[in-house]
Amino acid sequence: MTQRAMIIDDSRAMRSILRRIIGGLDFETAEAGHGQEALDQMEAGFEPDLCLIDWNMPVMDGYTFITEVRKRPEWRNVTLMMVTTESEQGQIVKALAAGAHEYVIKPFTPDAIVEKLELLGLSGKGIPA
Amino acid sequence: MPILIPVSMAPASFELIASLVLRETSIIYEPRKEYLVEARLHPLSVQAGCASLDEYVQLVMRNPVERQKSIDALTINETSWFRDNAPYQAFTDTMLPALLAARADRRRLSIWSAACSSGQEAYSIAMLLDQHLPAGWTADILATDVSTAMLTRVQDGRYSQVEMNRGMPATSLVKYFNRTGAEWEVVPTLRSMVRTRHLNLAEPFPMIGTFDLVLLRNVLIYFDQATRHGILRRMHPHVAPDGYLLLGSSETTLDLPADLNAMWGREQIGRVQAHRRATHAASTLAVPRLNPHTASGSLTGARP
Repeated sequence: MTQRAMIIDDSRAMRSILRRIIGGLDFETAEAGHGQEALDQMEAGFEPDLCLIDWNMPVMDGYTFITEVRKRPEWRNVTLMMVTTESEQGQIVKALAAGAHEYVIKPFTPDAIVEKLELLGLSGKGIPA
Repeated sequence: MPILIPVSMAPASFELIASLVLRETSIIYEPRKEYLVEARLHPLSVQAGCASLDEYVQLVMRNPVERQKSIDALTINETSWFRDNAPYQAFTDTMLPALLAARADRRRLSIWSAACSSGQEAYSIAMLLDQHLPAGWTADILATDVSTAMLTRVQDGRYSQVEMNRGMPATSLVKYFNRTGAEWEVVPTLRSMVRTRHLNLAEPFPMIGTFDLVLLRNVLIYFDQATRHGILRRMHPHVAPDGYLLLGSSETTLDLPADLNAMWGREQIGRVQAHRRATHAASTLAVPRLNPHTASGSLTGARP
């Protein structure tokens, strides 16, 4: 079964870059411009296996999105990966403690995303990487 | 007005550079790899104030400093942390438990990262040893490379953000690195496990001892067949009789001549094939596993 990814970033250009990388791995993708929009889509029935999450966004930031997702037992299997310019060590620790599985700091190369997903056992096609 | 430097080089210049690299390092740059040479030498050419790459190649031929710089630039391999994952999984699950049992008397492991490039392989192993080595054990990781610039990078242990993104689990990033400006610096405890030494694999090896694990990954592909075979011959006494030699996942030794085939045995460990000294490989059908349930899982417990 094809795996699903939610790309959450207020930059349309960044969403487009990530969509190309993730789409190339055969993920079915959805996009949101902030955390609340992503939560709304998930409430409406889009069940992602993976969320790629920017930190700084309007309405609801990525950190708050992670804490909201982690409050919901039905979403406990969703893999959460921050993709952000936030590069302070304390911020990384904070995101991991809140429930993020992985953390990629912008700028990144496409390989970086692919390698992180391999590390997390996600390949896009429902087959462990 | 900026000076525009043509980024292509004449065939004669490419031949000169390719011959130089072959002579100094035995690494082959075949025709059609001009783009790679041009891309790597272009920044050096600009730095040296040359009007073209051809002019820079002439400078390289008469200036030893530029010659070393160009060799350094042309021997850099792209690399990432825990590259390919499976070899590191095989190390923690199978090789390490076997070595811990075999070295219980001296409680010390020796590992050689041959052609270490910028050090990701050596430090990846260091991280795993930090996590899995029992108390009272020590490990010595020797990192060698033909490029002195790369050895300096390994000693400095500083990496850019882009480099850190390549396969480094976030949990290990915050545990083993400190942010210093735009870079990340490896913590002293990890750095103290890794020592560096200049070594050209294509030449006779110096007295460096024997190792429990030798990582010679994604290196042999750069050499011609005779040099590859020479390296595997010279490598033999440096792998402990019950130790392991790991090549890259796409590298094969199926084309070995009879004498080398007799020296090296192959053993499938998880998803990787390890080379072992033939006498040991023949007598070892199975080695203990640390945790068979994690064979295809995450290496460093990255998932909370």
